Amino acid sequence: MPEAKPETPAVGPKRFEPRIVAFFCNWCTYLAADLAGTSRMKYAPNMRVIRTMCSGRVDPQFVLDAFAHGADGVLIGGCHPGDCHYQEGNYKALRRVHLLKRLLREMGIEEERFRLEWISAAEADRLKTAVNDMVEKVRALGPLRLETTAEFFPEEVKVA
Amino acid sequence: MNGNGNLRVGLYICHCGTNIAGTIDVKAVAAWGETLPGVVVSREYKYMCSDPGQQLIVDDVREQHLNRIVVASCSPLLHEQTFRGATAKAGLNPFFFHMVNVREHDSWVHEDKQAATEKAKDLIRAAVRRVAFHKPLEKKRVPIHPDVLIVGGGIAGIHAALTLANAGKHVYLVEREPTIGGHMAKFDKTFPTLDCAACILTPKMTAVKKHPNITLWTLSDVTQIEGYVGNFTVTVKRHPRYIIEDLCVGCLECIEACVYKQAKYPDEFNLGLGKRKPIYIPFPQAVPQLPVIDRETCIEFKSGRCKKTCVEVCGDRKAIDFKQQESTETINVGSVILATGFQVFDARRLPYYGYGKFPNVYTSLEAERLINAAGPTQGEVILRDGRKPKTVGILHCIGSRDENTNRWCSRVCCMYSLKLAHLIKEHTGAEIFNFYIDIRTPGKGFEEFYQRLLNEGVHFIRGKGAEINTWPLDPSEEGKLIIRVEDTLIGKIRRIPVDMVVLSVGLEPHADAGDVRRLFNISCSSEGWFLERHPKLAPVNTFTDGIFLAGCCQGPKDIPDSVAQAGAAAAESLALIDSKFVELEPNTAYILEEACSGCKTCIPLCPYSAISFVEAKKKAEINEALCKGCGTCVAACPSGSIRQNLFEDEEIFEEIKGVLAHA
Ligand SMILES: Cc1cc2nc3c(=O)[nH]c(=O)nc-3n(C[C@H](O)[C@H](O)[C@H](O)COP(=O)(O)OP(=O)(O)OC[C@H]3O[C@@H](n4cnc5c(N)ncnc54)[C@H](O)[C@@H]3O)c2cc1C
Ligand code: FES
Repeated sequence: MPEAKPETPAVGPKRFEPRIVAFFCNWCTYLAADLAGTSRMKYAPNMRVIRTMCSGRVDPQFVLDAFAHGADGVLIGGCHPGDCHYQEGNYKALRRVHLLKRLLREMGIEEERFRLEWISAAEADRLKTAVNDMVEKVRALGPLRLETTAEFFPEEVKVA
Repeated sequence: MNGNGNLRVGLYICHCGTNIAGTIDVKAVAAWGETLPGVVVSREYKYMCSDPGQQLIVDDVREQHLNRIVVASCSPLLHEQTFRGATAKAGLNPFFFHMVNVREHDSWVHEDKQAATEKAKDLIRAAVRRVAFHKPLEKKRVPIHPDVLIVGGGIAGIHAALTLANAGKHVYLVEREPTIGGHMAKFDKTFPTLDCAACILTPKMTAVKKHPNITLWTLSDVTQIEGYVGNFTVTVKRHPRYIIEDLCVGCLECIEACVYKQAKYPDEFNLGLGKRKPIYIPFPQAVPQLPVIDRETCIEFKSGRCKKTCVEVCGDRKAIDFKQQESTETINVGSVILATGFQVFDARRLPYYGYGKFPNVYTSLEAERLINAAGPTQGEVILRDGRKPKTVGILHCIGSRDENTNRWCSRVCCMYSLKLAHLIKEHTGAEIFNFYIDIRTPGKGFEEFYQRLLNEGVHFIRGKGAEINTWPLDPSEEGKLIIRVEDTLIGKIRRIPVDMVVLSVGLEPHADAGDVRRLFNISCSSEGWFLERHPKLAPVNTFTDGIFLAGCCQGPKDIPDSVAQAGAAAAESLALIDSKFVELEPNTAYILEEACSGCKTCIPLCPYSAISFVEAKKKAEINEALCKGCGTCVAACPSGSIRQNLFEDEEIFEEIKGVLAHA
């Protein structure tokens, strides 16, 4: 067996704990999170779930608002393509996510901070992996400092 | 806040025994809860869902004049209705309630108590802020159509259909094969009692056909389903049989008269072990008792120049119709029972067992046909090479409990392997070896059956058969199938030469289970079995109201369990029908007319065509009856003039601020 890498010590005065806001659809991803619970899986405690009926209900403003109020990451969870309880709400969500990603990039919000995942009601392990992975990646990025980014605006205007 | 007067929230944190309180510091949370703006009462209690727990809410509302309720406990899927009920009992509109999931989403998935407690607080803060914006709502009551659709006519579908029909409900039973009966119709005897499968099944099959309350459609597929609980519109495609059902009397003379004097084509019902003609009946007791013509092999279809002796003998009855077309039926039903069963594991996927290569390697289902008195050999176990076996090896767990194929235990294989061992021994007197990993006989009379087999002198070798080959090492192995196995009880590799091998193939979801699941808008487990709403408390319900499950489509099980589940599904369906009305969640979208600019962005987004454009007003309009409440249009409306009950923008914005407010 290859030797296991020593774990990065979780010591230090305070490890940065990212705050992730999640929007989960009622029929797939919310149920996957319920299943993770009934199966007693363990995952990072950084996520706060807000339930919507469908990923199609997730208004881009919700995502922006979450970032504006201090979220370090936003996760949208919906049914797999073709599986949406309302036929195609998840396709609408996907469309918006593509646009939103560009906007977030312009705002200086790193790509890893915003994710869309298709997680079916049975895929508790996938949920666990997605949450843990996202928390780790956002942790590595550090806190989102929207204010700092905004400070650059006046300068940029001057240059232009 | 919201024009509903002064906010007075009652906050309740449930211990759920130790399920929540073991990880979340409920006392601290309750104390902290009192400091939240608007919270008048903040309590923790052992079991909020219990009667005294609910009574707490009722009493507090009355004494403290609460106008909003927040309960932090399990998933809303479990108890949202319970607490809405308590809220209503206290005299408030039930929608002045919001539930926080601190069990499934918190205490059960985290070990760090401090982090879990903080998370609970964030979620509760969000709910308290959200609930301030809740509006009084009413559930819409819609009548339930009493008819029921059952998909799949195996023993589960048959039993459910008869139960409902006997209760006076009209049932549409849709089966895609030419006959009902499913897998059970293929068996000779059933474990553990060894009663004859046909004797117990065929009376039920005939009863289905005769029942005035059952419409049976074989050779049919459901192609579309629309609507919601109580009111589904279903489209069924009926494939041609080339026999007019109403005119055929089932004399079967046409089969006799076919220009093919000998049966020539592999017979599907006998898994290719027997032959049939182009016009045939799957098996003698098939229901409906009607022949079917196979387009692929019938000369009339191939060349158009057959003598059509079948038509001649049918004579005046004129029941044969080569021009019969596919037809479509549209029906309205209030509930659906899915009973589509399973398929057996394809043994070709494990080439080292030589299935398909060595003629005397059979699957268990083929073995069932071989020993069946109505089977291709009239119940005589005659091998493909014409011999009768003197030694037989039965290999358990083929395509079950195997990381490389299917991980689950198929539950019935141990028992049917014992049954086959007994029956083959009885039919041939052969020496029988069972190769097993574990013998699993949990069930009424099952262990006793195993003991009986041990006493009958059947050999049991603990070890999963590793390989079947035909390379003899000594003359005694000449012409035999050699089973190589590690006998884990003696710790040795053994070679057992036999004449016949039976592979006890596992049960797996149908290849098209994914399509069926999608069609009916239900979920599957990761293995592909249809997912029940709750593994213990709602085993025949799905997450889609009005759609129920019965039999092996939900997971491997034996006949008694399939029948029990079918009865349960029928009862659930009856309870639904007899409640006469369903109450729909009032989470529909609506339009603020003043604000609508008439941009039409929303119109193509709606999958249910619930939104239309009213030319006269130049505004969009939502038909509430068609809206299912996904909220996609709400998210898309550029002017914010589409709103959604229960999921209003401000409610969600408050939740966002609420979960993030702590730092
Ligand atoms: C070799 C073998 C031996 C067994 N022996 C025994 C035994 O001795 N005793 C016992 O208790 N159990 C036994 N079992 C288990 C038994 O077969 C099952 O418990 C039982 O058949 C389950 O019935 P069902 O109605 O759920 O499914 P099925 O019997 O599979 O019936 C499903 C029906 O639905 C139809 N269908 C499928 N999809 C569709 C669709 N999309 N549209 C319309 N129709 C559809 C199928 O054509 C079929 O008629 C055995 C199983 C095997 C494999
Ligand atoms: S319901 Fe899950 S994405 Fe639409």
